[in-house]
Amino acid sequence: MLMRLDIITKEAQPSPEQMQVYMKQYQDWVGSIAAQNKFIGGKGLSTEGKVCKHNNVETDGPYAEIKESLAGFIMIRANDFEEATSFARACPILGGEGNSVEVRKVVMHGNS
Amino acid sequence: MDNGELIPHLFRTEYRKIVSVLCRRFGFDEIETAEDIASETFLTATQAWGLNSIPKNPTAWLYNVAKNKARNYLQRHYTFENKITPELKNNVGTIPGDDIDLSPQNINDSQLQMMFTICNPAISPEAQIGLSLRILCGFGIDEVAAAFLTNKESIYKRLLRAKERLREEKISIELPPAPEIDERLERVLATIYLLFNEGYYSVSQNKTLRKDLCLEAIRLCIMLVENKSTNKPQVNALLALMCFHASRFEARVNENGELILYEEQDTSLWNTDLVSKGGYFLTCAASGNKISKYHLEAGIAYWNTQKDDTKEKWENILQFYNRLLQIKYSPIAALNRTYALSKANGKHEAIKEAEKLQLTDNHFYFTLLGELYTEVDDGKAKINFTKAVSLARTQADKQAIQRKIDRL
Repeated sequence: MLMRLDIITKEAQPSPEQMQVYMKQYQDWVGSIAAQNKFIGGKGLSTEGKVCKHNNVETDGPYAEIKESLAGFIMIRANDFEEATSFARACPILGGEGNSVEVRKVVMHGNS
Repeated sequence: MDNGELIPHLFRTEYRKIVSVLCRRFGFDEIETAEDIASETFLTATQAWGLNSIPKNPTAWLYNVAKNKARNYLQRHYTFENKITPELKNNVGTIPGDDIDLSPQNINDSQLQMMFTICNPAISPEAQIGLSLRILCGFGIDEVAAAFLTNKESIYKRLLRAKERLREEKISIELPPAPEIDERLERVLATIYLLFNEGYYSVSQNKTLRKDLCLEAIRLCIMLVENKSTNKPQVNALLALMCFHASRFEARVNENGELILYEEQDTSLWNTDLVSKGGYFLTCAASGNKISKYHLEAGIAYWNTQKDDTKEKWENILQFYNRLLQIKYSPIAALNRTYALSKANGKHEAIKEAEKLQLTDNHFYFTLLGELYTEVDDGKAKINFTKAVSLARTQADKQAIQRKIDRL
């Protein structure tokens, strides 16, 4: 699951108190998935970053071009897309306008 | 303390030191020789001290006798070796056995190294605990057997096999090099925690023995904290965790050895000294940037030392469980998380979450559902409690759940 949100625009920056509430909501959401033994792993991403492009072009992050950027990802175990999507729907970041959670299947090589 | 109590007491505290020092000197291959010499030392003491002639410094006396016995052994060994391989004679200048060092520093180092030797994944967790009890805690074979609720013969065989296995692996008695410490410590901490849980959750009725297991686990962990190279945040966290749990030791079991539920415990029996010790070690654990499962469990255990049902308490416990489950899933952590959720956010939300867990072969699962539905939907509460009764394994568990049904 790829979580995208606006982490760059000044107005979108949460206060420390808001941040604490968001973190709690996020932890409750991941905790619920983990309690079902369906959490595999995942990380939040800091706002710092570099992007390397074709022809040796490097920029400081993807942020100049799109407002929504990758803020974190988690890997989960789900029976099917429907179950995975229902987890995604409950993700608290969706409370913010313009934010999204992308559900993708991990390609398994070798064994099915 | 008279002779009748003194020797068993000294056996408990000194046997492990003598074995560790000698074994480190001889090599793990000869651990049985080290054990024999330590046992013979105590036999000699029993005979020599009689009833009234206890030496002024019994410990020093024991060390001297052990040293002499070890020296004799090494000299016999030396002579034998030299008969077979005479060319060695010129290479060895001094008579062996003078280097047996029973100084406090060497005793400590040897015990610490022995801990890493025993807590080795080459042998099963039960074997690690068994050997730890015997060699690091100075338990007699009969006490180890009592701790595992089995007989002396099978413990004897189990320990023998474990030692054999460690010999095959050619494990040397030493502290792991610094870059490996964290990884190897994980195994040691796991064994210490198992040892503690063996005492804390054991079905054995012998309260003294159970308490001893807990205290020995704490003592081993303190040894790690006292050594610079093993004094790591996760070690302090485990120590804090065990102190917090142990603080309720007197309150959680009645005279008949029956468990008393947390809500029904007499808080005046909670040991405040252990709670503050736990707090101290938890502070020590708060360095570095890695959070181990012991940190999270210690956090939960800390809040459990606060009896009052505050929103803050349950919110904190919930967050610790959220993170603990992300590191390591276990059904019991999932159930406890859901209970904390009901206390923090209310029963309706917790019921929704509980229904998702689907731990349908676990009687605790249905007990939790029963608790959550109580007063929300007593009919459903009864259905769940009844399922829990049918799945519970012990008569005591069945009765405890039945009482909940009767109270509906």
